[in-house]
Amino acid sequence: MRSAVQIADARANKPGHQIYAGRARAIIERASIALRSSTWVPIATGFIEPVLYLLAFGYGMGTLIGDISTSAGSIDYTVFIAPGLLATSAMNGAIYDSTWNVFFKLNESKLYQGMLATPLGPLDVALGEIIWALFRGLSYSIAFMLITAPLGLVPSWSALLAIPAAVLIAFGFASFGMAITSYFKTYQQMGLIQIVLLPMFLFSGSLYPISVYPDWLEFTIKLLPTWHGIELIRDIWFGVIDFSSFSHLIYFLVMIVLGLFFTTRRLRDLFMR
Amino acid sequence: MPESLISARGLTKKFGDFTAVDGIDFDVAKGESFGLLGPNGAGKSTTMRIIAATSRRTSGTISILGRDPEEHGPQVRAHLGVVPQQDNLDTELTVTENLYIYGRYFGLSKKFVNKKVEELLAFAQLEEKKDVKVEALSGGMKRRLTIARALVSEPDILMLDEPTTGLDPQARHILWDRLFRLKEDGVTLIITTHFMDEAEQLCDRLVVMDKGKIMAEGSPAELIKQYATREVLEVRFGSDRNKEVAPILREMCDRIEELPDRILLYVEDGEALLEKIVAKKLHPNTSLVRRSSLEDVFLRLTGRSLIE
Ligand SMILES: Nc1ncnc2c1ncn2[C@@H]1O[C@H](COP(=O)(O)OP(=O)(O)OP(=O)(O)O)[C@@H](O)[C@H]1O
Ligand SMILES: [Mg+2]
Repeated sequence: MRSAVQIADARANKPGHQIYAGRARAIIERASIALRSSTWVPIATGFIEPVLYLLAFGYGMGTLIGDISTSAGSIDYTVFIAPGLLATSAMNGAIYDSTWNVFFKLNESKLYQGMLATPLGPLDVALGEIIWALFRGLSYSIAFMLITAPLGLVPSWSALLAIPAAVLIAFGFASFGMAITSYFKTYQQMGLIQIVLLPMFLFSGSLYPISVYPDWLEFTIKLLPTWHGIELIRDIWFGVIDFSSFSHLIYFLVMIVLGLFFTTRRLRDLFMR
Repeated sequence: MPESLISARGLTKKFGDFTAVDGIDFDVAKGESFGLLGPNGAGKSTTMRIIAATSRRTSGTISILGRDPEEHGPQVRAHLGVVPQQDNLDTELTVTENLYIYGRYFGLSKKFVNKKVEELLAFAQLEEKKDVKVEALSGGMKRRLTIARALVSEPDILMLDEPTTGLDPQARHILWDRLFRLKEDGVTLIITTHFMDEAEQLCDRLVVMDKGKIMAEGSPAELIKQYATREVLEVRFGSDRNKEVAPILREMCDRIEELPDRILLYVEDGEALLEKIVAKKLHPNTSLVRRSSLEDVFLRLTGRSLIE
């Protein structure tokens, strides 16, 4: 049995030991305990939203639209929007825990203050909370896959690779979402996140190809994480992996790193200055 | 001087232009119970946070078990149990879960922590509440839980920032009793308070802080001996007459303090002085002879009451 002191001393010479105790899993364990007693309603709505879009647009409007032509050839409209909505599920899930829940913990409860009074560092807290948030993104996208597969919307077995890709997307969104949230002080500012997210989702090519836009708008949309996420999943879904698919991967890796960096720094400035 | 566990020299903390802790020096020995006594804003909590490696000093040096918290924050924190001024329990979890997960933050095994939790529930007398969410606890229970939580890692040093503020007298005595037991087990206690009876009860040695500075240092008895007389005579003549008689009384004692509602006279023998005052036909409305306390020390050092 090692004591708390022995455990901490063992890491004393590791680089970054001041910000990371290698124990993000303790934060995840805490979140899983807290989940047992939380309400399930907001969790369910986050998942249902993309499913409703699939029904309304795919099976509603889709019957009017028929097939649409893409780089992967001419495909049924419902099949076209399914991967975009899976990406949306992953993003929704990741955003849920990393924004509002984190905001509450930062401002209403003094949870992080308590955690950071132990040998844990700000990167443990950031990483733990972000990984927890991405679990939700992962479970939403798995659930979405389970719904779309029997409907014949998943073209091949290789489309299952969309799940690990969804994890990456969720990681990026959770990481960035927590970073932004950590700088917000009021509920009004938090409301901005909601206001920005919906148009980002609607106009980023989830429901139609962005080639319909004028060049400047198309270019702008291509800077957004929603577009990269939707395109990445769509590439995998239809098996058209190319250079652009890798650029999406890199986009999310950068997002993850930046988000972790700023979250860690902000937690340190807030609770350990 | 026994082995020094904590040692600070010229410790300073600034928030912008404001100096919250202003070049203080102190040492804490192993097994000692050390107090920081002072009014609101004296810099007690700020000092506590620097020791606890959750706040970075602006200048000066501090070593905790020979380590600089700036370079070895996690290693320093592994030695400490921290009870902050305001409870920061995990409101989403139950009593048991709060204790359990805190142990996990230190990296302790599930087996060890589960055993420890049982022990701490008994220590904090919270067995009956063990599956209750912390929001449903009373203030005193929350405080006991916060203290129990700080003990889950078996710390060498327990940091208590105003452990009994807001508790009723009975709850305070229960807490004091728990703290005595810890002291007997060899835990070093660092306590802030603005209750002088608490400081007298709990602290082997203390520093009196005001406006970021240390005004005096010593055991409660030493401080009283050095900065106050053996006894105090408190007299009230009513707010109008207080001013009138004060110059006369000043001649009759070692030292006098005029408070808005009463006059404090510092002497070795309070009863004797009272007889002399009555002999002069100055009849106070009320009078009281008592032993000097840390409150008097504080008044002497700062010219202000500890609790305003
Ligand atoms: N984070 C901060 N930013 C700016 N000023 C601060 C901060 N923390 C403390 N201060 C200031 O430093 C001074 C000392 O505060 P501190 O909390 O250490 O006092 P204290 O002795 O614990 O008082 P109390 O008995 O009220 O708890 C106060 O004037 C306070 O306003
Ligand atoms: Mg304080």
